[in-house]
Amino acid sequence: MLGVTELQDMYETMVMARHYEERLQEEYLEGKQPAFDISAGPIPGELHLAAGHEASGVGVCHHLRAEDTVTAPHRPHHIAIAKGVDLKAMTAEIFGRETGLSGGKGGHMHLFDPDVNFACSGIIAEGCPPAVGAGLAAKKRNTDSVAVAFLGEGAIDQGAFLESLNLASVQNLPVVFVIEDNDWAISMPKERVTDVTNGAQRAAGFDLPGTRVDADDVIAISDAATDAIGRARDGNGPSLLEVQVHRRMGHFMGDAEGYRPDADRDAATRRDSIERLETKLRANDIDDETLDELRSRARERVDDAIEWAKEQPEPEPSAAYEDVFSSPPSEDPERAPSVADTGGED
Amino acid sequence: MAQQEEHRQTDRSLTMSRAMVEAIAHEMREDDAVFYMGEDVADYGGIFDSTEGLLDEFGRDRIMDVPISETAYIGAAVGAAQKGMRPIAELMFVDFFGVGMDQIYNQMAKNTYMSGGTLSVPMVLTAAVGGTYNDAAQHSQTLYGTFAHLPGMKVVVPSTAYDAKGLLHTAIRDDDPVVYLFHKRLMGIGWLPAPDGPKTGVPEEAYTIPFGRADIKREGADATVVTLGLHVHRALAAADSLADDGIDTEVIDLRTLVPLDIETIRESVAKTGRLVVVDEDYRSYGLTGEIIAGVAEAELAALDAVERVALPDVPIPYARPMEDEVIPDTDDIKAAIRRVRSDE
Ligand SMILES: Cc1ncc(C[n+]2csc(CCOP(=O)(O)OP(=O)(O)O)c2C)c(N)n1
Ligand SMILES: [Mg+2]
Repeated sequence: MLGVTELQDMYETMVMARHYEERLQEEYLEGKQPAFDISAGPIPGELHLAAGHEASGVGVCHHLRAEDTVTAPHRPHHIAIAKGVDLKAMTAEIFGRETGLSGGKGGHMHLFDPDVNFACSGIIAEGCPPAVGAGLAAKKRNTDSVAVAFLGEGAIDQGAFLESLNLASVQNLPVVFVIEDNDWAISMPKERVTDVTNGAQRAAGFDLPGTRVDADDVIAISDAATDAIGRARDGNGPSLLEVQVHRRMGHFMGDAEGYRPDADRDAATRRDSIERLETKLRANDIDDETLDELRSRARERVDDAIEWAKEQPEPEPSAAYEDVFSSPPSEDPERAPSVADTGGED
Repeated sequence: MAQQEEHRQTDRSLTMSRAMVEAIAHEMREDDAVFYMGEDVADYGGIFDSTEGLLDEFGRDRIMDVPISETAYIGAAVGAAQKGMRPIAELMFVDFFGVGMDQIYNQMAKNTYMSGGTLSVPMVLTAAVGGTYNDAAQHSQTLYGTFAHLPGMKVVVPSTAYDAKGLLHTAIRDDDPVVYLFHKRLMGIGWLPAPDGPKTGVPEEAYTIPFGRADIKREGADATVVTLGLHVHRALAAADSLADDGIDTEVIDLRTLVPLDIETIRESVAKTGRLVVVDEDYRSYGLTGEIIAGVAEAELAALDAVERVALPDVPIPYARPMEDEVIPDTDDIKAAIRRVRSDE
């Protein structure tokens, strides 16, 4: 059972994650007016915001330690925030700045923070196998670390996910797979692409426990995550968890959602996990003043990170040639041309 | 030049995506073996507008949204093609090819050969390619050379609406697997503005452009630039700007990589003696080296100077200054043309 202090912590993190997405949306759209041009403005490229997914990231990551591994998909911010990724460095990365997590090489779909063992990938379901690998390393090293792979419900038909379930299961690895079901994979509703829309049922085929949390409720998600993560930590193997979340925004910024019925979008907006938790906190005698305080602290952290990121320098063009390898391609400096030597302008 | 003349005579101009959709719709009306599979191709109309409007005319049985299961649906296209259907399977971004690669290069590309010619695989694999909008390392590649390197698939890369339509008609009617790579920046999508060049005149009726014929998009006597896709337009801009300095550049658009029209390139180099190959794919072991080798084999004596302009061998970085650094632009092409002319 979660104590009320823990609930307040979770609330603060959820507000932070929501505010983060709302502020990024503003920043992203700036410079893309009047006509939306994806390559213009302070944040170029695709941007997948996770407003409505907060309960999943927070409910699960609340039970993780820094040394536990998390892999996230293309919609990663809420998970990164809940995992404790350095907010300033992450924001600078999203703005493509030199002091970003990867010096601007990765961008919003490719955030890496080894300090808290967080990584994400833009290729659907491809974060699952590396999570299995992190679980394998934990087992071989005899630590009690666990690994959690997050994926969207659109990813459950992908081989990389199904193969990972099997490998984790047969090797009895400390891995938890978390499916974030927001009902949509871009424009495709889940019923159109699979006859087994309850993703947790995939677990039975690989002999591991599968649980689905129907309500977009951080407490219910946290309870289910406690079991799954505890099981993994105790050496009892992997589990699969599917949690219902909601997509409050388009798939990516600029998505007009012409395919989505208004009623569906409205319902997603109404089922707000943050309000739900707020109600719960009030029922636990948390007053308005305290809630206000939690909210403003969360928002301030986000606003500070964004202001800070925007002041950071852009990377030098020549930085593009660094980091292809972590060691020199050859031990013999005479024989190893630098990557820059194979560049366009020799 | 023949095609250039022809499309100048039609006053109806289309974006590249509209031209592609027209070819698909025409082929689907003519032949009910043709159908289209991909992610978000039905209601969404393709993330890059490749199937815009087709659901309305053809319905879900022929404009099929499929699960995010590239191995399964690309492989299903192979199997259906071997049964006489003419599937078009779309890979949303070419970067995702890894997920379904076995079906592409071990099945689609090899079944005809391995069966001793008793099977054919009349399918088209379409995919969006290219960078220039900061989508980073997993969503910006072209991978032209990867597909062209592996035997058994024809590889098409249009640079204009006129070429896109004619080449797509040819691709769908072809009895062999065709990989049709369209550059996102050329499609004419509202949120990803195209340069001026790709929107061209396009005849309403169906027409085919034979594979293996490069198109000389600009004639010139002083240097030959060989390129494809987006970089045709960057090369043309470079050529126009150098013309003011008295350098007369020929720009050859490859249009198909397999089969490759090396003859047109050799003839051009025999005339100019100077060759610049421009590619948006990685530099090493790829298209630039291949073209230069193909010229050198037959025209070594004519070759006075060679340059290649390509992506350096690094994954494509996200931040603007670094992406701009690695993707060749008009200035890079101009500089290379000047270098091959430097002894003049
Ligand atoms: C292998 C692969 N195929 C397709 C895509 C394109 N794509 C990006 S997000 C997405 C939908 C994902 O849906 P889901 O997994 O439900 O996550 P959500 O976006 O709903 O959070 C698709 C098809 C991709 N990135 N990788
Ligand atoms: Mg989804």
